[in-house]
Amino acid sequence: MKTTDDLEFAATGAARHAPSAEAERRLRGLLEQGLPLVPRPWRTLAEQAGMAEDQVMACVHRWQADGMIKRLGLVVKHRRLGIQANAMVVWNVPDERVAEVGRRLAHETAVTLCYRRPRRLPDWPYNLFCMIHGARRERVEAELAAIVERLGLGDLEHRVLFSTHAYRQCGGRYVREGAA
Amino acid sequence: MHCQAPIHQALDALDRRLIDSYQRGLPVCNRPFHTVAERLGTSEAEVISRLERLQEMGVLSRVGPVFDHARAGASLLAAVAVPEAERDAFAELINAAPGVNHNYAREHDFNLWFVMTAPDEPELEARLDALEARLGVPILRLPMLEGYHIDLSFPIPWAELERA
Repeated sequence: MKTTDDLEFAATGAARHAPSAEAERRLRGLLEQGLPLVPRPWRTLAEQAGMAEDQVMACVHRWQADGMIKRLGLVVKHRRLGIQANAMVVWNVPDERVAEVGRRLAHETAVTLCYRRPRRLPDWPYNLFCMIHGARRERVEAELAAIVERLGLGDLEHRVLFSTHAYRQCGGRYVREGAA
Repeated sequence: MHCQAPIHQALDALDRRLIDSYQRGLPVCNRPFHTVAERLGTSEAEVISRLERLQEMGVLSRVGPVFDHARAGASLLAAVAVPEAERDAFAELINAAPGVNHNYAREHDFNLWFVMTAPDEPELEARLDALEARLGVPILRLPMLEGYHIDLSFPIPWAELERA
């Protein structure tokens, strides 16, 4: 809830004091839903979070600098644009090679994400995951074949899990319900 | 709302330039859309109405920040193996659980894949346990151990879409 102090900040635009942790949490919750599409979106967010506009911008700058915010811009729903083929490629890589293979895969332009995850034996032997997107399945398969060839990964067991349906495609909601 | 016909044909050159130029690097200044408009040679009002339209069309889920999962809270990739005939019903239960995003059907025995998010680790575990009880099947829990590539934006292959 907004405190009197917070409301005063918003009203006067005073930014001498750092915003409260509570106000920053509210701001993050608001940001997860996206910017209001108005000429001064930061000001609108500031009013809603109980902060000053320049405090909001300072928060965003700080979160960008420390890596909390990876990027800021248009979040595209690729499927809606016709980028239908979305392949999760999973690899069983010897532990001592996984970081090296992961880094090399990540350098491929077709690879949009690359993570190491735990194996869950006996059901799940794969410890390296990457995503390859494309307009069509054949294109993604060709891309993967080229990568395997280029990086010499033919000896590594891997599976391609194409998606067949998207039940949900949206950003994370990390802030507790009711926080925003 | 998901998976409608592809609509890239409905996007003109300015829409495409907006998408190509600003999946990242939206300026953090008093009037960001004014700055964008200046760089693209159009007006602030035009940029705003384009963004509104793209959002209404479902081309954009939002305009804003993408937070680092690992730092913004807790999250993990999860999967379940369910009978293919009951997949939709299971997917609905998963979508109804708090914190779920990116729920996809995939070609594997583990045929539903989703990301569970929460404010912190204990809450994440609690959410997964509750969902597991609800579904009645074990959830494969695959937290990220190391990220080699943490950039979700990628260039839209417009030419390839035209041929598809």
